[in-house]
Amino acid sequence: MKGTAVRLGDDINTDQIIAGRYLRTTDKSVWAEHAFEDLDPNLSSRLKGSVIVAGKNMGCGSSREQAAVALKEAGVVAVVAESFARIFFRNAVNRGIPLFEVPGGCTCSDGDEVRISLEGSWVEINGERYRALRLSDKMMEIIDAGGIIELRRKGI
Amino acid sequence: MSTLSERILRGEAGSFVDVPVDRALSHDGTGVQALTAFREMGLSRIARPDRTSVVYDHIVPANNSVTADLQADLRRFAVSNGVHFCDIGEGICHQVMSEGVVIPGEVVVGADSHTCTMGAFGAFATGVGASDMASIWATGETWFKVPETINIRLEGKLPEYVEAKDIALRYVGLLGAGGATYKAIEFTGDNSLELDDRLTISNMSVESGAKAGLFYADDVTCRYLRGHGRDAVPQKAEDCSYVREETIRLDDLEPLLAVPHKVDDVRPVSDFEGTPLDQVFVGTCTNGRYGDLKRFADIVKGKKVRVRTVVVPASRAVLLRAIETGVLRDIVESGAVVGNPGCGPCLGAHQGVLGEDEIGLSTANRNFKNRMGVGAKYYLSSPTTAAFSALKGEIASPEDFP
Repeated sequence: MKGTAVRLGDDINTDQIIAGRYLRTTDKSVWAEHAFEDLDPNLSSRLKGSVIVAGKNMGCGSSREQAAVALKEAGVVAVVAESFARIFFRNAVNRGIPLFEVPGGCTCSDGDEVRISLEGSWVEINGERYRALRLSDKMMEIIDAGGIIELRRKGI
Repeated sequence: MSTLSERILRGEAGSFVDVPVDRALSHDGTGVQALTAFREMGLSRIARPDRTSVVYDHIVPANNSVTADLQADLRRFAVSNGVHFCDIGEGICHQVMSEGVVIPGEVVVGADSHTCTMGAFGAFATGVGASDMASIWATGETWFKVPETINIRLEGKLPEYVEAKDIALRYVGLLGAGGATYKAIEFTGDNSLELDDRLTISNMSVESGAKAGLFYADDVTCRYLRGHGRDAVPQKAEDCSYVREETIRLDDLEPLLAVPHKVDDVRPVSDFEGTPLDQVFVGTCTNGRYGDLKRFADIVKGKKVRVRTVVVPASRAVLLRAIETGVLRDIVESGAVVGNPGCGPCLGAHQGVLGEDEIGLSTANRNFKNRMGVGAKYYLSSPTTAAFSALKGEIASPEDFP
């Protein structure tokens, strides 16, 4: 799999991913439309087919799962970060979003092509291959199914 | 020998465990999303309604018809499933849980990041998202990676006008916003912290990224729980290995602020004296308890606040006690606005959202950009600092009041 890099910094919080004023709905397209609005109002238009490449503590703050849903609905292929805040990490897994935690981070700019392999636990940018932490079997099972809802539907 | 998290989760740090959830908590915000996920899973009945709580606190009473419809749907679902349901006005979910619901040693999982507050009781308490909560509704269980633990020793006695919030800000500043990610924090040491103080300290553990922030249950815990009709036994600390150890000398602390827009950008109040304020807010799961309101009231009593001030009690029990003791009267007479029990403006939805370029001082736990008002700035402080600042209309220290 591959996507176009959207480069973000450290400590991106879930209020920035989707602001509290958009939470009270069950219409997922609202969250995709307003994703990252307070960080950069033009960012949501670049999310389709993108790989988010963030710094440390990606997704910190509120437990709002709308943050993960927003990224999925907007067409984000995967999220790479130097480290993740744990609730966002679980939410993204539960929504079937491939995650790559690369200790030490990646050298990457906006627009770079990012190749990823969940099975191989690696991320490749500009010819440089970075090793990502291996997800647990349970997490892989959830992501493979497309998320925890899909997994439960199958009665697993 | 094990850390408290390892003992409660019955596994070594780094291992994955499946555990029964003793208390599964959600609120009007995340509960709606959990219900959507639950239905998408093809389910309708909660496996363990006796261990499930739904507490309405985030936008209560409903602010518009969209919210009202979502709340009505979740309310019907919760009531028909026979869960522990607290409708509007009972209080903030974490405060309600602290009033005799959660006891030491339990596994508490909440669809809210500040579920870590219940670590104050020696429970393993942590936040999850909505579909994790839907899974727990389905099975009564969840999975965890048992965390490594950071030890923060709190030694000594707090100076006058310095309080639990200053301790919380101090350690969040020390560890940084991601400094405890994936890890638990154990707070130990020789101090005289009351249970309410511990709630404030555990509450902010997620602001350092922590999975949980625990105190060992002791006589203080058991006495507090007896007052809420629950029996508990103390937990004995074992020798165990921590991945990091820090000591905070309480005697050396001074009143602190988290300055815009980072929770871990922590500075002395004295460096920001004179910063003009447009609003002061006292409340939330961090600092909306009776003791917080009382300390605020004792300072503003007989005086007038010089900036618009919003006070929101954390629960109905807190509000009632504040009424009975006259604390509420002192607050109202000072010119402050009192809201109904709940989260108030903390999440930026209602009851005191700031306008563009306005500056607020809040006793909450997050000062993220735009959270409590688009284009606004928020400082975080203790209720004591909030009281002195409300009286001056600008950030103020106790020293400004001879």
